[in-house]
Amino acid sequence: MQRLTRDQIAARVARDIPEGAYVNLGIGLPTMVAAHLPPERDIFLHSENGLLGMGPAPAKGEEDEDLINAGKQPVTLLAGGSYFHHADSFAMMRGGHLDICVLGAFQVSSRGDLANWHTGAPDAIPAVGGAMDLAIGAKRVFVMMEHQTRDGASKIVAQCSYPLTGVACVSRIYTDLAVLDVTPDGLAVREIVDDLSFEELERLTGVPLIHQPLAA
Amino acid sequence: MIDKISPSLDAAVAGIHDGATILIGGFGTAGMPSALIDALIAQGARELTIVNNNAGNGDTGLAALLKAGRVRKIICSFPRQADSHVFDALYRAGEIELELTPQGNLAERIRAAGAGIGGFFSPTGYGTALAEGKETRLIDGRHYVFESPIHADFALIKALRGDRWGNLVYRKTARNFGPVMAMAARCTIAQVSEVVGLGELDPETIVTPGIFVQRVVQQGA
Repeated sequence: MQRLTRDQIAARVARDIPEGAYVNLGIGLPTMVAAHLPPERDIFLHSENGLLGMGPAPAKGEEDEDLINAGKQPVTLLAGGSYFHHADSFAMMRGGHLDICVLGAFQVSSRGDLANWHTGAPDAIPAVGGAMDLAIGAKRVFVMMEHQTRDGASKIVAQCSYPLTGVACVSRIYTDLAVLDVTPDGLAVREIVDDLSFEELERLTGVPLIHQPLAA
Repeated sequence: MIDKISPSLDAAVAGIHDGATILIGGFGTAGMPSALIDALIAQGARELTIVNNNAGNGDTGLAALLKAGRVRKIICSFPRQADSHVFDALYRAGEIELELTPQGNLAERIRAAGAGIGGFFSPTGYGTALAEGKETRLIDGRHYVFESPIHADFALIKALRGDRWGNLVYRKTARNFGPVMAMAARCTIAQVSEVVGLGELDPETIVTPGIFVQRVVQQGA
């Protein structure tokens, strides 16, 4: 089979982000999506620390410590961008004004439960940040992750074993093997990478899937 | 004549008592009022409850306050970071209490206090460990968790410019928690890069009106 690279997953997610969308790209893997958004498309990137119209990283030497993203990395503001305080920023999220949020995950369940904030290890210091707000805040929540852990266990599960970030909140899952939608009937497989059968994908995933490819 | 300008950073933090609850602005180091925090360390108040998005970075600012052993409890959303070694050590040693709150709930709990709201139902965190023990309610088919306001004795925030009536404007994403924290404390103290004369701030662009601010101090004062 032809597993997608992380860059290829990011490019695949970017294809589903239409012009005019208000989008939050979560910390980690999802930040790679920004580089694949076509520059001719007006897409508004939101960062929960208080900006809309986020631009790319500044040139070396042009960093401004007062202009950062949610990952605390220096960024730029596009013409037309704006700044606002934290309560307004999360009102944009919780109030359903964001169209799409792209998040990484440890696990996603068949009904769209998301686990991405805590491994549950007893000695780990818990930190949640905006993860729970993001999980329930956008009209559509995309998860972008590797299909399996390094040990080969499926990250798509019947029930999350890690602590939950949100309940039944995920709309679509993009992995290095497939694109799946969370539907009332279960997980519908929309796309599979080359040289991987539906049956083999279902075996690797370990939960029942529905074969329902999108019309090309 | 009302003049909220403090002559020095020491004067600005005078009266902060042991056991006080203090909102401290900033997201990481952007917007962190480090000059006020340094003055607070010198002032000596102990057994503090601190509210901030994080739990200190490196060894300066909020991390230095923690390191000085002045903080009993911290309410925040994201304590663990690559450079949060001061907090990490105190937490593992059981020397600091942590109340973890999702970031949007944190901002709204502070705003609610400032706006006179006795709490609110938020969809954030429903069905997770952070909602355990909290009241829940089903409203129009959606589940919500009750969140209480965070009132404070003091707020320490950083702004770009301020005038003697306490009006403030901020700089870029350093604004973050400043405006809601200013509303939620009985005494809000703003560290500013520049004190300007009355009327110099465009009233159309003032972000925090002076009613929410009790003291303003120039950063290097």
